[in-house]
Amino acid sequence: MFVHEKNAVSDFIGDLTRKYGRQRSSLLPILQEIQHKYNYVSDFAQQEVARNLDIHPVEVYSVISFYAFLYDKPRGRNIVRFCKTIVCELAGARAVAEAVKRELGIGFGETTKDGKITLEYANCIGMCDKSPAMLVNERVYSGLDPEQACKIIREIK
Amino acid sequence: MNTAFEKQDRTGPVLFRTYEKGSGLKKALSMERNDILDELRESKLKGRGGAGFPTSTKWMIVAAASDSKKYVICNADEGEPGTFKDRVLLTEYPELVFEGMVIAGYTIGADEGIVYLRGEYFYMLSFLEKFLEDMRSNGLLGKNILGKDGFNFDISIRLGSGAYVCGEETALIESLEGYRGEPRNRPPFPVNTGFMGHPTIVNNVETLASVPHLIMNGGAWFCEMGTDKSTGSKLFSVSGDCDSPGVYELPWGTTIKELLKIVGAENAKAVQVGGASGICFGKKDFSRSLAYEDAATGGSIMIFNESRNMLHVLKSFMEFFVEESCGQCTPCRIGNVKLLEGVEMIERGEFTFEYIEKLKDLGRTMQVASKCGLGQTSPNPFISILENFKDEIFNPREVNEAV
Ligand SMILES: Cc1cc2nc3c(=O)[nH]c(=O)nc-3n(C[C@H](O)[C@H](O)[C@H](O)COP(=O)(O)O)c2cc1C
Ligand code: SF4
Ligand code: FES
Repeated sequence: MFVHEKNAVSDFIGDLTRKYGRQRSSLLPILQEIQHKYNYVSDFAQQEVARNLDIHPVEVYSVISFYAFLYDKPRGRNIVRFCKTIVCELAGARAVAEAVKRELGIGFGETTKDGKITLEYANCIGMCDKSPAMLVNERVYSGLDPEQACKIIREIK
Repeated sequence: MNTAFEKQDRTGPVLFRTYEKGSGLKKALSMERNDILDELRESKLKGRGGAGFPTSTKWMIVAAASDSKKYVICNADEGEPGTFKDRVLLTEYPELVFEGMVIAGYTIGADEGIVYLRGEYFYMLSFLEKFLEDMRSNGLLGKNILGKDGFNFDISIRLGSGAYVCGEETALIESLEGYRGEPRNRPPFPVNTGFMGHPTIVNNVETLASVPHLIMNGGAWFCEMGTDKSTGSKLFSVSGDCDSPGVYELPWGTTIKELLKIVGAENAKAVQVGGASGICFGKKDFSRSLAYEDAATGGSIMIFNESRNMLHVLKSFMEFFVEESCGQCTPCRIGNVKLLEGVEMIERGEFTFEYIEKLKDLGRTMQVASKCGLGQTSPNPFISILENFKDEIFNPREVNEAV
């Protein structure tokens, strides 16, 4: 990481600390915002958060490793989360998932070479009445079929 | 195709009846705190998040606590597979949820409310924030609410980050405090030692949303619906093999059979009541009623027709628990893996009945020895599916011939 990049990360985390406060209960919102902006929480960012909140970096890592939506390794700029729970599966989620995999040329848990899209599985996302469903970043899409899902993916590609 | 906000015309006896924004809160603020608690007690309202704890008891304990800081937490972590009724309440009836929280704050003497919204529902955040902002400008939130001198209450929203177990109330509090979402030993309960060590009520979205209607119409009115032990109505999230999946408000005590008729699923083979951690019923049990004292549920109803492979359904549930166990205690961390392995052995035809019985015993051990509700309930589908669908699973030829 270049020095100016590190400085930008430090500044950002400093701002977040001012916004949420230095208490431990601010940890999750701070990590969520870092995740949102950088698509992961780098080792350096973890150390900066620890320094700002006056806790050990291991504490920060331990929290990141617990939550499925926080990553300590780079992820794509867009994260597609595909519901794999039973109701969606029975409604044809597998065929949709296969189509999306073909479209992107990657498997689940992987990121496209250009760093644009990461494909993940999720457990039930609360759209079972309109299954199959997926989340693309913060948007929810439901009642999918393979063709529609690929069209949505192409639009972010 | 962002369909989560599609408004529907809904009708129902409590939550889906018409409601004038602000009316419940206004009436509550004109009442004595004890009278609110009395109405609540008379209504016999129980928690809608699954565990079914009497709401009035929870509120009374916190109201009686002498701490100068108390919290109201709305549990909007809705992660139980097959559950989406809180999504509907939050997107279509936010006034009920938030006013319920303010009424709770007034009743117990809290000035701060927190909504713990699951990360998957991030798409609601700006809508909900705006709604709160409007409530503030209309004097329904903030300082001296509706002109009531000295009553201040505000609500903030915090997001989860994709962990089912954070719906468990003590894990939720850990998460809010900035830790891994690992459930705590109980006691102490959140009503005594909750968020930041202060007395806290944690209530489900639906429980809180019922409160404004209860205030408007009274506890006795609420008791006219449902059964003796399960008063009022319940939102059921119905999904799977049926003509009309969706959220239905029905009185407690409705039988599975009646529900199947309403949603167009009279050819159902199996009904999973209570989500992945619930119990799977076969046809012979369709006369059972949905109620705390019979087939209990936090609202999830998943329907499977004749064409579905119940062993596969079970496998999906067990995979879910293996992934979502926080790993803190052994019965749940190891037990769920063993149960999943058992399902895979049956799939491959490599099992003995003696071993299956051992696994069921293990399941019963998990039910009593696990630290939190996740491990205590995750054996439910294992035991109920292997019991209720044993012919299909262990004697498949017979089923094939019948088809
Ligand atoms: C693993 C697990 C997940 C839970 N998830 C939720 C949830 O998503 N929403 C909820 O309201 N309650 C959930 N609960 C129940 C809560 O612990 C708690 O009982 C509930 O929020 C209390 O509110 P109520 O009395 O209004 O139901 C969960 C419990 C367990 C063990
Ligand atoms: S029962 Fe499971 S989820 Fe609950 S504390 Fe134990 S390991 Fe964690
Ligand atoms: S099962 Fe896919 S959204 Fe619920």
